[in-house]
Amino acid sequence: MHILVCGGTGCHASSSNLLLENLREQVAGKDLAGEVQVIATGCFGFCEKGPIIKIIPDNTFYTQVQPADATEIIEEHVIKGRQVGRLLYKDPVNKEVISDSRKMGFYKKQIRVALRNCGFIDPENIDEYIAADGYSALGKVLTSMTPEQATKEIIDSGLRGRGGGGFSTGIKWDIARKVQADQKYVVCNADEGDPGAFMDRSILEGDPHSVIEAMIINGYCIGADWGLVYIRAEYPLAIERLKTALGQAREYGLLGEDILGTGFNFDIEIRYGAGAFVCGEETALIQSMEGHRGEPTFKPPFPAQSGYLGKPTNVNNVETFANIPVIFNKGAEWFASIGTEKSKGTKVFALAGKINNVGLIEVPMGTTLREVIFEIGGGIKDGKKFKAVQTGGPSGGCLTEKHLDTPIDFDNLLASGSMMGSGGMIVMDEDDCMVSVARFYLDFTVEESCGKCTPCRVGNKRLYELLDVISKGNGTHKDLDKLRNLGEVIKDTSLCGLGQTSPNPVLSTMDNFWDEYLAHVEDHRCPAGQCKDLIRYEVVAENCVGCTACARNCPVNCISGERKEVHFIDQSICIKCGVCFMKCKFNAISVS
Amino acid sequence: MSAIKIRLKENDLQQLKDVCKSFNNEEGELINVLHKAQGIFGYLPAEVQEVVARQLKISVAKVYGVVTFYSFFTMVPRGRYPISVCTGTACYVRGAEKVLDEFKRLIKVPVGETTPDGKFSIAGLRCVGACGLAPVVLIGDKTYGRVAPDGVRKILKEYDDK
Ligand SMILES: Cc1cc2nc3c(=O)[nH]c(=O)nc-3n(C[C@H](O)[C@H](O)[C@H](O)COP(=O)(O)O)c2cc1C
Ligand code: SF4
Ligand code: SF4
Ligand code: SF4
Ligand code: FES
Repeated sequence: MHILVCGGTGCHASSSNLLLENLREQVAGKDLAGEVQVIATGCFGFCEKGPIIKIIPDNTFYTQVQPADATEIIEEHVIKGRQVGRLLYKDPVNKEVISDSRKMGFYKKQIRVALRNCGFIDPENIDEYIAADGYSALGKVLTSMTPEQATKEIIDSGLRGRGGGGFSTGIKWDIARKVQADQKYVVCNADEGDPGAFMDRSILEGDPHSVIEAMIINGYCIGADWGLVYIRAEYPLAIERLKTALGQAREYGLLGEDILGTGFNFDIEIRYGAGAFVCGEETALIQSMEGHRGEPTFKPPFPAQSGYLGKPTNVNNVETFANIPVIFNKGAEWFASIGTEKSKGTKVFALAGKINNVGLIEVPMGTTLREVIFEIGGGIKDGKKFKAVQTGGPSGGCLTEKHLDTPIDFDNLLASGSMMGSGGMIVMDEDDCMVSVARFYLDFTVEESCGKCTPCRVGNKRLYELLDVISKGNGTHKDLDKLRNLGEVIKDTSLCGLGQTSPNPVLSTMDNFWDEYLAHVEDHRCPAGQCKDLIRYEVVAENCVGCTACARNCPVNCISGERKEVHFIDQSICIKCGVCFMKCKFNAISVS
Repeated sequence: MSAIKIRLKENDLQQLKDVCKSFNNEEGELINVLHKAQGIFGYLPAEVQEVVARQLKISVAKVYGVVTFYSFFTMVPRGRYPISVCTGTACYVRGAEKVLDEFKRLIKVPVGETTPDGKFSIAGLRCVGACGLAPVVLIGDKTYGRVAPDGVRKILKEYDDK
């Protein structure tokens, strides 16, 4: 029997490491070590209800397991064979208890390709990766394929880059392969700058060897003997696991000189990012790896021609790499059979925001937003109404009700005014103000613009200021016009992808939620009740029963009233934190 | 540059030089050197930058340019209990801004600064990868999930006698 404990960042944050220790202690203490193995895995994806554990072979799925629950799980489930009912997953909609993870709505529609090993194997043990077909693709490529044949396999698979651009991975490799040079490099982009996305981190935490294996194959295909992983310093767990994996691969002769006795040499070093979103852009990333400020450079030359230290460099995203070994194991044809005509395979999304099942999901390209949000995601939190879903992070846009049945792929998302991006998917409900959301993204862009070119450095700041004025109720129709025009100019004239896409959150919300912009400008009103300067929290006298909940929780003590009497908010002190609104169980606080 | 003037102790200076040396005093390793240096000192005051510049034979302006470009590097010491409020999108739509406001109000310093007693500093952070727990706050290594504005006072109370 195997007890799999999620050791991803999300579950770690809610003490899954303590739980792991307790389980191991129990197993040792009860002399079960011969029959039961407790394994720390990568992310299961179902972060909403973490910490998660899964028991194999019966697939029992326990959610929100506390360290103290270890005893009961061992005594009841493991020893007596009785499931611990209170820890089983309960469907949020129909309240049905489901014990087998394969039957959960969250997993039913998912196909795990890039995440195939996440949550199944111990990422710190290379033997488990090898047992799951790991490094067999490398063996196959090195011993039975020429670089040209192997590259062709990737071209045929139809794999497109998962880092945002969606460029054909095989063609990119082929370009780098054909360039003549004494030295070439393979770079893995693990900068993952989109705020609210954690796919790449989860892959590196849950299955680092798949990325390593793919980088070696990439090196063989393009003729490079050196690889670099550029990873955010903010990802300590992923860095640790990657280092462990690199060490193990070297020990096994899979990395270093004369790999698998074939005479091919390849090694990988780690480079640390230091918190700059723009460094995810490949030319900026290269600047940063060379020790400079991460400012993008003009393309061409593309990295495939002149990249790291001026040498031909192939840059791919973590998730792109994670797909590579499976393509060789199962064949390009198999991969190309998943997905839509022009977008093959699957895509991993970090599903978050106002949704019941926050987590990491992987679905075939062509799945609709409705399936993702309402079936896998379990619908909107607290029974609220769906309003928008933001894809593509700060470069993307907000999609609405009318896009729900659009099959998700690179081209459809672009056509709808958003983009795939790296896979962040933030769901918003009726309480979210679209002007504020646009302002939030622009605040991000302004902070992250490298400042090299004027439209982006100055233009985005102006966009932000305009949005700020509008959200304070002081905007005019002229400001709305300016917003749109300036947005278009920034898109057209910026040097790199950051500036070229930064107005998207503004333009797409203007397209889809024009009424909301008008309400702010014409009526000085925020329909969603979010913009602080436009709202007041007030007690609705008819509903107030005087329970004092609001008064006890108000952080500035500005609510007065006796027990069982109608309460009163002193507007001159109120900081509009919304606590009273959340605490009142009698609908007696209104936002206006 | 930084208003805070410090004098590096002799052994600190040696340690820093050793770090540079471990990277062969190579200009291209500047960011790695700074990561290590910040690991030792907790921040990168002007004096540290000057030493690094000298060792790698580059201008102080270049070092300063890199330090100020990357948000991971800081030129002011962080508090003993650095508070980071996640301001990633998932946390934002679940109310992180209000939580951040409440922290700022209670410890009475703006984002990026440290309290005069050196106890707390406050910063925004982009997605820590625990979006299921949004809004997320980190204090040192400790993670707090599903933080609401009215829970902030209680969190800070945990640090009362520290
Ligand atoms: C502003 C900006 C930020 C980016 N951030 C990332 C990132 O965090 N991770 C990533 O893999 N690609 C990012 N990219 C895309 C990279 O430039 C590059 O296209 C990608 O790493 C190529 O890999 P792929 O073909 O496997 O997607 C970013 C691009 C831009 C313009
Ligand atoms: S568009 Fe923005 S981020 Fe890109 S180079 Fe110009 S200023 Fe820098
Ligand atoms: S919004 Fe916040 S500050 Fe204002 S009355 Fe309600 S709880 Fe108090
Ligand atoms: S919480 Fe609601 S019902 Fe209770 S005193 Fe406040 S306003 Fe009245
Ligand atoms: S956005 Fe806050 S943890 Fe992801």
